Amino acid sequence: MSDLSSVVVIGASLAGLHAARAVRRGGFDGDLTLVGAEPHRPYDRPPLSKQVLAGDWEPERTALASTADDDLDLTWRLGQPAAALDVAARRLELADGAVLSYDGLVIATGAAPRRLDDGGRAGVHVLRSLDDCLALRADLEAGPSRVVVVGAGFIGAEVAATCRGRGLDVTLVEPLPVPLGRVLGDEVGATLAEVHRDEGVDVRLGVGVDAVEGGERVERVRLSDGASVDCDVVVVGIGVAPSTSWLEGSGLPLQDGLVADATCRVAPGIVAAGDVARWTHERYGEDVRVEHWDHAIAQGTHAGQSLLAGDGARAFAPVPWFWSDQYDRKIMLAGRTQGYEEVRVVDGSLAERRFVALYRRGHQVVAAVGMNRPGPLAKWRQRLDDDVAWTEAVDG
Amino acid sequence: MRVVVDYDLCESNAVCMSVAPEVFEVRDDDFLYVLQDQPPEELRAKVEEAVERCPKQAISLED
Repeated sequence: MSDLSSVVVIGASLAGLHAARAVRRGGFDGDLTLVGAEPHRPYDRPPLSKQVLAGDWEPERTALASTADDDLDLTWRLGQPAAALDVAARRLELADGAVLSYDGLVIATGAAPRRLDDGGRAGVHVLRSLDDCLALRADLEAGPSRVVVVGAGFIGAEVAATCRGRGLDVTLVEPLPVPLGRVLGDEVGATLAEVHRDEGVDVRLGVGVDAVEGGERVERVRLSDGASVDCDVVVVGIGVAPSTSWLEGSGLPLQDGLVADATCRVAPGIVAAGDVARWTHERYGEDVRVEHWDHAIAQGTHAGQSLLAGDGARAFAPVPWFWSDQYDRKIMLAGRTQGYEEVRVVDGSLAERRFVALYRRGHQVVAAVGMNRPGPLAKWRQRLDDDVAWTEAVDG
Repeated sequence: MRVVVDYDLCESNAVCMSVAPEVFEVRDDDFLYVLQDQPPEELRAKVEEAVERCPKQAISLED
């Protein structure tokens, strides 16, 4: 059993909450503090681009912490971003100047959305936090003539779908010739774009945004192909950057994320989890960073356990997976497509928008993508975990 | 222990199935089936994890 007496978890979202649960359930009975940059108690982010943005759910319904968490005996420090870390002295400074001492630390500060140079104009949004969602929702409720969504990744695609569900005109702008083409391949990526076209979205592929123009409020977006799109609202979904700027100067290793070993340990007494963490994934033999919902739960839990276990910590090497809901389509990806050499549809077809596609690298199946096939995808997830061979998968 | 699924909330994400395949199965028709609605006590930890990890909070336990 560990000899920790005081544990601080920085980051009060999915990974941080699950790390706190794991630490307490692992038998830790000392002081446990949960620090959050946002003023809110932990909430669930997936509904922010769907049910909450659509106006079907009120924000309260996204609350993550349940009554069971009352037993965690947490000290909450919300609305206080972490500002600096003194690793040698084991002291954490918050934005308001308060200093917390710890002997065990979980870093789960997540990531922040990348932005365009928008001149600070009103009507230009990103979508990450509950406050982001409510600000965007208010703009959508005002009945904009057109919404431009920049980036046809999963967030952008879900926002486009939700806006169409509200009956709004939408232009979806994607710099790549095929949305998610690098990740999913051209055929599957093109199918995703077609789903949006069928639903009446004006999809512009292979073009970037040169300028966001207007007065105090956005009035139009100028594209790299010379076109100009009039709009009242812009939503920027061009990815996130891990929230590590507060760690510069701490001496902890930073490289597009906070670098951890296979067990999620960064340094003695410090572990990392969630979007911020880049760790050595033994299944893939490389350092990876994963931004998925289920991953935040699993890695938060694992990091909390690693903190208690110290040198006895186990490696964390799960098959990553996530889902995305767009219109009446549910898209799921299990595994990692990086470096794939072949894609094959093994169930259904791209044309009917109901399929399972497998990705091969060498002799192995490395990923499975499904559209409206959650049952089979769940089974493929398990088979990926069992390192299924390609010949066995496509023949059986 | 009795497993209750709110099928109005369930979206067949199949997280429960990967946590506790003895109890939950999303089949080829993409619907969730509860294989045993009163699972034995030794599965309690797994079922509780499935409850906690359901993205839609669609599963609950009645004792």
